[in-house]
Amino acid sequence: MISFAPTEEQIVARDTMRSFAGDVLFPKARECDEAAAVPASFLAQVWELGLTATQIPEAYGGFGAARSAITNAIVLEELSYGDATLAVAATAPSLFAYAVLDQGSEEQKRAYLPLFCGDAYHAASLAWVEPSPCFDALNPATRALRKGRGFVLSGTKCLVPMGDRASHFLVVARGDEGLDAFIVARDAPALQISEPEKNLGLRALPTVTLQLDGVEVAEADRLGGSHRADVRRLLNQTRVAGAAIMTGLSRAVLDYCVPYAKEREAFDEPIARKQSIAFRLADMHIEIECSRWLTWKAASQLDHGVDATKGAHFARSYAAEKSMWIADNGVQVLGGHGFIREHPVEMWFRNARTLGVVEGIACV
Amino acid sequence: MIDFQLSANDQRLLEAFRKEAEIARRHARYYDEHEHEFPPEQLEEAKDCPNPLMLLGERAAEDAGMGVLTTLIGRSMTWGDYSVRVRRQKGGLGNSALQAAGTPEQKQKWGHLTLAMAITEPGCGSDPSKVQTTAVRDGDHWVLNGEKIFVTAGCRCEGVVVWATVDKAAGRAGIKSFLVEKGTPGFTVTHKEKKLGIRADDTAAMVLEDCRIPRENLLGGEETVSKSGSGGFRGAMKTFNMTRPNVAALGLGIAEAALDFTRDALKQAGVEIEYGGALNGQSAAAEKFIRLEMLWEAAMLSVLRAAWLADQGESNNTEASVCKAKAGAAVREITQGCIELVGPMGASRQHLLEKWFRDCRITDIYEGTGEIQRLIIARTLLGYTRNELK
Repeated sequence: MISFAPTEEQIVARDTMRSFAGDVLFPKARECDEAAAVPASFLAQVWELGLTATQIPEAYGGFGAARSAITNAIVLEELSYGDATLAVAATAPSLFAYAVLDQGSEEQKRAYLPLFCGDAYHAASLAWVEPSPCFDALNPATRALRKGRGFVLSGTKCLVPMGDRASHFLVVARGDEGLDAFIVARDAPALQISEPEKNLGLRALPTVTLQLDGVEVAEADRLGGSHRADVRRLLNQTRVAGAAIMTGLSRAVLDYCVPYAKEREAFDEPIARKQSIAFRLADMHIEIECSRWLTWKAASQLDHGVDATKGAHFARSYAAEKSMWIADNGVQVLGGHGFIREHPVEMWFRNARTLGVVEGIACV
Repeated sequence: MIDFQLSANDQRLLEAFRKEAEIARRHARYYDEHEHEFPPEQLEEAKDCPNPLMLLGERAAEDAGMGVLTTLIGRSMTWGDYSVRVRRQKGGLGNSALQAAGTPEQKQKWGHLTLAMAITEPGCGSDPSKVQTTAVRDGDHWVLNGEKIFVTAGCRCEGVVVWATVDKAAGRAGIKSFLVEKGTPGFTVTHKEKKLGIRADDTAAMVLEDCRIPRENLLGGEETVSKSGSGGFRGAMKTFNMTRPNVAALGLGIAEAALDFTRDALKQAGVEIEYGGALNGQSAAAEKFIRLEMLWEAAMLSVLRAAWLADQGESNNTEASVCKAKAGAAVREITQGCIELVGPMGASRQHLLEKWFRDCRITDIYEGTGEIQRLIIARTLLGYTRNELK
């Protein structure tokens, strides 16, 4: 049936994340952006929310809640409302954990899922994006060549979130059979990990470049083992996550602009009383709503196990376009103040541009 | 639980409406070009078709609520044609007003009639508080004088809910709705309007000249003019909370027809559409088409959201405006873009695409223009009264 009603659990999750985002993420956002680092104390604190462990079955040490892309989309929107960068840092382990949980072999689940159910933040990541112009996520240049019973991986990956400390990477590569994802340990020979990259937005998020010069992996390290995995599904999951994050960012911009526009006066009245500003705020609201419903619809397709390729494409493209438009107009509503780092809007503007082009940095 | 899947029952129902829409579409061009004729109450070739509404049956828990379903049915119908229907349903906008504002006796008395709603005047549209039509009490009667335009279903309706002021000095609080039955002396339908699109649709102009109606024809029966606040005005505006999602859905049905036509045209031209790929793997035409489709989906979801809230009995004032504003702008962009994609043939009257482009243009105008919707949304966001943001 068509329904927009979150479950009781989803309402609790939403409200918890909303207050956590307001109390913890937003107040830290600027200082983390300036320092270009995520404090270890933050990761320890956010880990207590059990973001990754919640949906891992008890048999592997998790809390055993039902897997739900919609719940995760709601959580990501709320966290990103506080700060998108910290939201990505906090949930990055889910990129690896959910892929293994949803599509890993039993052996892989037993080996890796317990890592995410301990008391301390455990980083593992997904390596999808490559540093080539017009990068096509479904057609990466990284190759997986058969060698005996295993594979040899060659290529370059970049913007790998939390890559400075990830114990394992899930590397997406193309082989004779098509797209696959491979589990590569941090200390694998022939794997070079760069220093953290310097990016336009999400500055606090440590991302790295991976250079794979013939990294050898066993068949058992291919996601899903001999059964392989549907890598497209993983891409769709990350796209829906990206859409949720960008929706949260957009909401933050609007909620910052509204009180500002009511307070800032020009020609003897608040600028909010001028239609050029008021209507722009109305349009921001409209597009935030639309982004959220597209995100929920695609998430719901994932939860139903139906093909979410089109839905995830719509959600991500729409949220990317609109969050950029909203952040851009947020800067404009604040005028000169929008350009000053004392206000968070310029940071959201940079984050929106970055989020709109990266892939595979969060998962629902 | 958040969900977007239709129940099997609802799917069957909507497929039946879609089949009927295919029949109605065969007559679309004829009535577009013969504006003075009205499409029949029932199409001859479909007189043996059972009314799909008979499939409604008992609503189960997994079926959509009536508000949601109504928007989906509306969309299915206008996919065929905006004005030509296999069978015309009774009822008009005035019936919604009667349901929202009428007393139980009034609902009993007029509920079975098709009622139009007359708000707009030659000098007032988006700001109905400036209504010039007057209603003056004279013993047990009201005497109405004024001119109304753009009255949907004004020709074929059996009665009209007329907005008139009982006290011009009182502004919005002085505006009341009156039920005027067809045939009342002094009440004339002067002409059917000639329009850009939805030409076959019944859009009338009417004049009230010393038109006497019984005192009890005042909807709601409240004769006093409230000294503070908006009186019954706010209640009257509530009529729009379901009509806005509905007209948004009607526009989206037309835009969907345009998208379907364009998808086929692109396919014929060898343009492949792939979802989820990178920008450089896609032709400009395919990329543009996907964008239009995405816009349609976004607008449709906002309609479902507003309708769903109404089904839950929750306030949907802002959401109704959100979906109306979104769909109004979306259908303009979609149909204009589809013509661009199809090229010169898109402007030919040989195909219906140019008609859909004209037909759906009304979506961003009637039931409150896109600008009015933004005004409503902005007032909510900013916590402003109508005096603080005009």
